[in-house]
Amino acid sequence: MTVHRTDRLSGQELTLAYEQRVISRDLAVAIPDNSFTVIVGPNACGKSTLLRALSRTLKPAGGRVLLDGQVISSYPAKEVARRLGLLPQTSIAPDGIGVADLVARGRFPHQGFLRQWSRDDERVVAEAMESTGVAELADRSVDELSGGQRQRVWLAMVLAQQTPLLLLDEPTTYLDIAHQMDMLDLCAQLHDRGGHTLVAVLHDLNHACRYASHLIVMKEGAIVAEGEPAEIVTAELVEHVFGLPVRIIPDPETHTPLIVPVDRRRTGS
Amino acid sequence: MSTLTPPRPRTGGRSTPRGSFVLRLGERYSLLVRPRTLLVALVLLVVSAAALVVSVSVGDYEIPLAAVPAAIAGVGERLDVFFVQGVRLPRALTALGVGAALGLAGAVFQSLSRNALGSPDIIGFTSGAATGAVAVILLVGGGRLMVSLGAVAGGLLTAGVVYLLAMKNGVHGYRLVLVGIGISAMLTAVRDYLLTRADLTDAMGAQIWMIGSLNARGWPEVVAVGVSLALLGPVLLYLGARLRFMELGDDTARALGVDTQAVQVGALAAASALTGAAIAVSGPIGFVALAAPQLARRLTRTGGTTFVGAALMGAALLAVADLVALRALAPTQLPVGVVTAVIGGSYLIWLLYTEWRRGRA
Repeated sequence: MTVHRTDRLSGQELTLAYEQRVISRDLAVAIPDNSFTVIVGPNACGKSTLLRALSRTLKPAGGRVLLDGQVISSYPAKEVARRLGLLPQTSIAPDGIGVADLVARGRFPHQGFLRQWSRDDERVVAEAMESTGVAELADRSVDELSGGQRQRVWLAMVLAQQTPLLLLDEPTTYLDIAHQMDMLDLCAQLHDRGGHTLVAVLHDLNHACRYASHLIVMKEGAIVAEGEPAEIVTAELVEHVFGLPVRIIPDPETHTPLIVPVDRRRTGS
Repeated sequence: MSTLTPPRPRTGGRSTPRGSFVLRLGERYSLLVRPRTLLVALVLLVVSAAALVVSVSVGDYEIPLAAVPAAIAGVGERLDVFFVQGVRLPRALTALGVGAALGLAGAVFQSLSRNALGSPDIIGFTSGAATGAVAVILLVGGGRLMVSLGAVAGGLLTAGVVYLLAMKNGVHGYRLVLVGIGISAMLTAVRDYLLTRADLTDAMGAQIWMIGSLNARGWPEVVAVGVSLALLGPVLLYLGARLRFMELGDDTARALGVDTQAVQVGALAAASALTGAAIAVSGPIGFVALAAPQLARRLTRTGGTTFVGAALMGAALLAVADLVALRALAPTQLPVGVVTAVIGGSYLIWLLYTEWRRGRA
């Protein structure tokens, strides 16, 4: 796998580990610019770990992550935060914090001691709430919101960071199907209209195939396939990665691959 | 069925955090101001000042309120000046300083551990300081300075041990609290053992020290707590602005450009030193560090911790408590620790109770 020098975000010879437990060894990955990249793979395959390394929340045990041609750890923390935003799997909303207050926290990398709330801050936060559809909730407390609304508020906070690169760790977990589609449509919109480069970890293969422009499939810490979903997703690949026999048909809506598990009760295997 | 809301223009596009307005100086400088926070701060300052004036004025030797300013300035009647400058003013100032230090440090500990119980009283710091002081009183028998140093050493040592034991990829709140409770129990056992081995007079002295008191505190104590606040206060307020982001979760804070590890270590060290200084001056006064940040946060209604508010609340709380300690059972002076436990504890219970009733806590 070649790493294109032109890509803004990439990793080379990455060894990723928590304490002594090694998750990935000698991993090379490049996020194509302006792509909607989706990372999929079975539980504990290292997809969130990779995302954390790419966002600098996890320090690689070996190798390096490159952001705009430089090793990511060589930047000041705030500088990285102006180029790359992350929606982590879990965030905590302090008791009683308001929606606008929380979204405004995303402006931190652009603020200073004597520059606490510029006109830019005001405009960008308003736009972020607008584009995620939470503007009406601006004065509500985050505790009062539903799970779907809350997830949009967190996304608005990340958008307020105004970063060209957006990393999302399982943004649809805990959401019902309607809110999952809402969230993914929103991501697609950011990608299509906003010119953002998106990287998302998703659990649902069919969602991944439908929305991704670039798919990265991982197994046991390694990348086993990557490319456009229609070109790489085959029944063999899914069976190899997930150990599940499947049939693949075209999605009647989008003509992207639709993965249908084989009914093992009928085949009797 | 929810559908994707298309971006649409919205009148005003107001996005300033609720209850705040912006002060601008040209395009480069802007300050976010919350009137409610300002009002609470002002009220707390007035309460602190009133407590200061009253505690200087009342006593077995009454000084009329009108004569207090002159006495403070040193130009009043000779006996007035002696009581005010020599006895009552330093004591009242010590109360304000220790209160502010405990309130601020408590807010930092609670924010770091993301837990309302994460105050130095609970996580072992206070028992560490008390054990250090008692060890000095009983084993070395030193004067007040030695006892203070013993308290600071004991506190810092305990903070270090708790931090190392609770740390694993950064400190997690509940682990800090649980480890702290464990260490605290062990230290109490050590302290009780020391007390059983001591002779009666020493044991009494140690016991009284452990309640926390401002009796007979003078200018050296004012200077000690004042210097600690002047040095560590600004550091903690700077780090506090970052701690407010860490309350959103470590990953979120790091993604927003906060150097979480450095902030954590720095804040813990500075808050431990500040608590140590406060305890060295007054002995372990309970409940201020626990209650002040929570009270301030509820009064200002900020989402998250308010560090300045916690410091002001601590100062006001301790100043009022000390006034009560002086006068409630006059001429007997109560140790102020007894009063803070009653005032702080009951107010906190009342607050939590009303929140539970509203189903919010």
